[in-house]
Amino acid sequence: MSGYFTDLWGGAVSLLEGMWVTLKEFPKRPVTVGYPHEHLKMYRRFRGHVELIGGEDGSPNCIVCSMCERACPSNCISMTGEKPEGSKKKVLTSYILDFTTCSLCGSCVESCNFNALKFSNEYNLASTRREDFIIDLLERLAEQNKASGGGDD
Amino acid sequence: MNQMDLIELQPDETFVLNVGPQHPATHGVLRVKMTMDGEYIYDAETVLGYIHRMHEKMAENRTYAQYMPNMGRLDYLSAMAFNHGYALVVERACGIEVPERAEYIRVLTVELNRISSHLVWLGAFVLDLGGFTPLMYCFDDREYILDLLESITGSRLTYCYFRFGGLYNDIDEPFIEGTRRFVKRMYKELKMYAKLVTGNIILMKRLRGHGIIDQNMCQRYGATGPVARGSGINYDVRRNEPYSVYPELDFDIPVDDGCDSYARYLVRMEEMVQSLRIIEQILAKLPEGPINPAKKPKIIKPPPGDYYAAVETARGNFGIRLVSDGGKNAYRLKLRSPTYSNMHLFDEACRGMLIADALAFMGSLDLVIPEMDR
Amino acid sequence: MELSLLNAFIAVFIAIAFVGANAAYLVWWERKGAGFFQRRPGPTENGPWGLLQPPLDGIKLMTKQLLIPGGVDKAIFMVAPVLAMFPALVSFVTIPFSSSIQAHTIEVGVLLIFAFAALGSMSLLVAGWSSRNKYAMISSIRAVSQTVAYEIPLLITTITVVLIAGSLELSEIAAAQMGGIWNWYIWPFQKSAGFNIFMPISFMIMFICSVAETNRAPFDLGEAESELVAGFHTEYSSMGFGLFFMGEYANIVIGACLITILFLGGWACPFGDLGFFPFTHHVGWFLLKLYLIIFVFVWIRWTFPRTTIYGLLNLSWQYMIPLSLFNLLLTAALIKVFA
Repeated sequence: MSGYFTDLWGGAVSLLEGMWVTLKEFPKRPVTVGYPHEHLKMYRRFRGHVELIGGEDGSPNCIVCSMCERACPSNCISMTGEKPEGSKKKVLTSYILDFTTCSLCGSCVESCNFNALKFSNEYNLASTRREDFIIDLLERLAEQNKASGGGDD
Repeated sequence: MNQMDLIELQPDETFVLNVGPQHPATHGVLRVKMTMDGEYIYDAETVLGYIHRMHEKMAENRTYAQYMPNMGRLDYLSAMAFNHGYALVVERACGIEVPERAEYIRVLTVELNRISSHLVWLGAFVLDLGGFTPLMYCFDDREYILDLLESITGSRLTYCYFRFGGLYNDIDEPFIEGTRRFVKRMYKELKMYAKLVTGNIILMKRLRGHGIIDQNMCQRYGATGPVARGSGINYDVRRNEPYSVYPELDFDIPVDDGCDSYARYLVRMEEMVQSLRIIEQILAKLPEGPINPAKKPKIIKPPPGDYYAAVETARGNFGIRLVSDGGKNAYRLKLRSPTYSNMHLFDEACRGMLIADALAFMGSLDLVIPEMDR
Repeated sequence: MELSLLNAFIAVFIAIAFVGANAAYLVWWERKGAGFFQRRPGPTENGPWGLLQPPLDGIKLMTKQLLIPGGVDKAIFMVAPVLAMFPALVSFVTIPFSSSIQAHTIEVGVLLIFAFAALGSMSLLVAGWSSRNKYAMISSIRAVSQTVAYEIPLLITTITVVLIAGSLELSEIAAAQMGGIWNWYIWPFQKSAGFNIFMPISFMIMFICSVAETNRAPFDLGEAESELVAGFHTEYSSMGFGLFFMGEYANIVIGACLITILFLGGWACPFGDLGFFPFTHHVGWFLLKLYLIIFVFVWIRWTFPRTTIYGLLNLSWQYMIPLSLFNLLLTAALIKVFA
């Protein structure tokens, strides 16, 4: 019989303790970020999808060695290059990233020995169209060059 | 009614209740076919295979380095530990030495990841029991860990931070500072959880004496991790088959003889405290030095042979058996994932339970379906 | 008040509007409150502080398709949501918001409310029964056994109060507690209650029973979403679901009104009839107490895990019913001796 009332008392106390915990949280400010209106700054090491690094003249550092293509576990990189006449180095003509199969592992960036690939800080990667994820990195680099070039003038 | 009475009793009328593959309590695509007698479970059968992705087969078609990201996709809540296991087995096979600093950082990140995994379990478990608010608090705390890990690994969930012989990159001062602050905060938060959740009379009434798994059953099914330790089995890979720098660290393995859902709950809560202790020790004695070995084979080609490594993930013993024929790809890679064994307890243990208790019991097993089904 | 057709019409109109507005904005408040308890802001997007959320939710629900699954008992399936909403509406007729604001004075107001509250659980039963869904079936059976278990202590506690006040009419019960906070039935050592020390316990029983009666967490076994998906309204969509939802919140308002009147003095000012103090018998006091109780309902919901059906029945049959019966007998004896 004594257990009957101690149970009741202990139970009530534990419930009140719990309610006190939540009540203390009530007046506090929310910890969330109102996402579409506010944005977080990404960390320097954040791994978005990859992008090409351009040299000083804006042309990609890539020498079309295809190491990244081979390192990729999900075969999402396809690149072509050609050797212009009179030149010894190959020049990149297209670099397509199929982001639908990319798992952001970063093997491509690590395998690159020529400082030609890096992670972007892009994280708003959502779309209802599949084509939006077939990313032409060469075009992206050209746009970035244009944007930074426009800023300099 | 006694559980055993019900099992022996042949009910005249039963019906089949299909819990899942889409059901709020199964947290993923697990299906349980329950034969019910009213609200009592007469028989249950778990059906797997809804999220099978052939991870073991994939290992045979990829180079060793290419397979590393797959490990994070098994158990998305404690991806670090899975990466650790895989790195460990390949290092053993190739005989790669890991620098001391890298070992310490590995353990540090794995333990942070273990806390974040247990926080998700705590939130989801109380959510299974119908309490919504602790989930939000847990996710708030977990956010700190994810931010910390994101700042060094660049990713929030599938880290892929370990490399054979070392790490992807070194940790920096803000990370160490942030971890110190987090440890302080977490001790406070654990006290808050003790008041809000652990002591709650409703929770105790629902967990104490429900979901009994005895030691014998654990051994028969090969249950490991907090599930086995909640049944009084003092087994932890970190202690029994030490790897990395765990032997140099001072921590306890929490064990509880309760055998019920509440015992498993307490074990996990205590494990978070122990992980915090490990983190504190590592921060105190983190050695300087390189994070990658000086010489490391360019192409990973383990000599032909049979290799095994096991790690303690947040859910138990994760073992990898690697058979190599000397080529660039593994000949065979067998994964022994903890929840696969832990799950199969459910069929036997839930007989005679009410459906509400059975789902609370399932929550206490801490299931991650993609890891089970791989 | 004379019951003419016009009066009745106005009363019904006000009741529906009050219930509708309350139900809609209680949903808003529930979400907002949940947000504050959980370190997040709650709805913010639609209107200032998300205030447009309820009407927009209503529009969304109304424009959705009302799916009737194959093989259900159509007539009963359609009737059930209506049955969930209308008892709450009827009950509002008897609630006195102040000494003058009451749709219709009924001598047996308390009985009427309980009669219709019992009808509310009927709607859960038929909804689950007609849905042709195992989860809904289990849920509706749970809901009914829960209601049966909790009506008893609720009624016994109410009888205790009725004994003290000497009337079944809600406005008279409230009027008996006029003259200051110390006259409310929640406190021990009331002279009219024969100096009964256990009145706070009666209040607690009443409060817990109201939570259980309205199927709210931690007693929301009927719609335990982690066990029974969505319980009795699993198969309902569109406004069918909307009516269940509204009905639930309308029932909360009724429960809170009842607690306010029976234990917190209804529209009585807590500082007594001090003459110089304005608004002593004002509807504002009633609403203040009402929403305070609703706040506690929300607070409890976002704090505790759910009980199980046997835990709930144990609580009822082991603790609530004996305690409330004991208090009823004690009160009766004390009134006989002292009053």
